[in-house]
Amino acid sequence: MERNIDIHPKHQPDGFEGQGFFATSLDKAVGLARANSLWPLPFATSCCGIEFMATMASHYDLARFGSERMSFSPRQADLLMVMGTISKKMAPVLRQVYEQMAEPKWVLCMGACASSGGIFDTYSVLQGIDRIIPVDVYIPGCPPRPEQVLDGLLKIQELAKSESTRRRESPEYKEMLNSYGIE
Amino acid sequence: MEAQQSHLWDYLPVILMAIVALGFVVTTLLLTHWLGPKRKTKIKNDAFECGIESQGNARTPFSIKYFLVAILFVLFDVEVIFMYPWAVNFRELGVFGLIEMFTFMGLMIVGLVYIIRKGALKWE
Repeated sequence: MERNIDIHPKHQPDGFEGQGFFATSLDKAVGLARANSLWPLPFATSCCGIEFMATMASHYDLARFGSERMSFSPRQADLLMVMGTISKKMAPVLRQVYEQMAEPKWVLCMGACASSGGIFDTYSVLQGIDRIIPVDVYIPGCPPRPEQVLDGLLKIQELAKSESTRRRESPEYKEMLNSYGIE
Repeated sequence: MEAQQSHLWDYLPVILMAIVALGFVVTTLLLTHWLGPKRKTKIKNDAFECGIESQGNARTPFSIKYFLVAILFVLFDVEVIFMYPWAVNFRELGVFGLIEMFTFMGLMIVGLVYIIRKGALKWE
């Protein structure tokens, strides 16, 4: 008995479809591959890190989105997840880690402290990591719930999917990095 | 009974699979190198030491004593490992096992006395 089951991938890019094959542009294929295998580097410095542990555990399970492979070396990481208060002493370390990541790389900024310094409006705390490195997605909250982290990751995936393969070599990108004093 | 002859073409599927496997690896490596963006700066190429600036060279000479102590530890550690099967089969092996193990341990003790007399474990 023949059964016809229509399978429609939820996030299918535009392309040419036929019996048993699907063709799309290289940009979109690469974007799909990148978006669904983001390897995060958790830069967890305080309570947001605890919330991130819940996100990684079985209940929320970040692995469903292809991001279960934590990388504790920037060499194999695509996504820098900054979670927690970054003091001014920590700032150069964070910056070094970001600069040593391989291209292409994205930055997810989790929680009030990492985004703006949060309640720590003092001399010793960096008032937002975007003062030293470019940030792609901010997650609000103190600390944000795991659902918000998942939402943030999905936003990063959207960015990865829609990014042109030439973006990282473009002069605009270099200019953007230079504005942060990188390179 | 028919003589079994093997021909080279019998291995064709295996060879084909090897070629495909190797080809896939090489193609993927080349393709990712070609497609992936790169940015090489001095900081990027530095050694990763958890974000802290690296100081000095990792390849500095250090005292031979560390190596000597480590290798002697392994030697006598293995000696203890040999005692476990003896302990498990202690009753089965009986007096014969006892004599054999004491000979073995005697040899090792002679070695231990030798290295101590040589001063291999003297740290200062």
